[in-house]
Amino acid sequence: MKKNDYILAAFIFLFAGLLSAIIFVSGNERGNFVTVTVDKKVYGTYSLSENQDIEIDTEFGHNVLHIENGSVSMTEADCPDGYCKRQGEISTEKEAIVCLPHKLIVEIESADEQNEEDYDFLVR
Amino acid sequence: MSKRISACGLLVALAMIFSYIETLIPINLGLPGMKLGIANLVIVIGLYLLKPQEVLLISLVRIFLIGFLFGNGMSILYSLAGGLVSFFAMLLLKRSEKFSVVGVSLFGGSMHNVGQLFIAAAVVENAKIFYYLPPLLCVGCVTGILIGLLALRILPTGQKIIQNAGTL
Repeated sequence: MKKNDYILAAFIFLFAGLLSAIIFVSGNERGNFVTVTVDKKVYGTYSLSENQDIEIDTEFGHNVLHIENGSVSMTEADCPDGYCKRQGEISTEKEAIVCLPHKLIVEIESADEQNEEDYDFLVR
Repeated sequence: MSKRISACGLLVALAMIFSYIETLIPINLGLPGMKLGIANLVIVIGLYLLKPQEVLLISLVRIFLIGFLFGNGMSILYSLAGGLVSFFAMLLLKRSEKFSVVGVSLFGGSMHNVGQLFIAAAVVENAKIFYYLPPLLCVGCVTGILIGLLALRILPTGQKIIQNAGTL
């Protein structure tokens, strides 16, 4: 092993650490809407304020999303790897649950933004 | 020439077996794309013993064979992205001659995950997937070091075999 090997490994870990730090400090606002996107199209938008289970059935497969106390988690999925179920609960805007085999993304958004968008639309 | 071809064939078979063994080792920490990358051992060692174009061929043949046997179109796409990015990243580092096989391997491991993440981001057209970049970089680095240390032990034997076989 050469000295450069250690430097390269340290650099990669440092870069990853810096990136995590940036992700950690940015966008910690808790949203109040959850948007489900399947194959680049919005499947549905749901409120975080009420506890509910959302069934998502598409051509790619079956998923169940669980909303409880402002947090979202994937409780059921018939994808082969099941990574989406292990990604845990999300509650802030920066977080997302991704189920790649089903091309499904669950994102959290805040309602303010949506209202602004609606307002812009009305003015036009 | 025929010796070279049969050597490549053997290495493809070895890489395929490694890919299969990998599917038998379940590591699931909720990170998509996280794996040991044992098949990369063949590619790393190949980089030091064979011509680059032969190693690239071994890598591509393995990806398509494994993809058609056990995967699907999407899994071939992901493997291809990871395999190509990591191959050229490792070739670059090896050519620079500033790193040992461990450095080459750990860089390849990290870049493999970066390549796959870009494809995943393109498939779902969403940048939030880069949320996984920091942990995947670290995981790729650690598995790359393990594979590199193995290669460090195996390389002298491989070189001896090639010497005994005469000119390949």
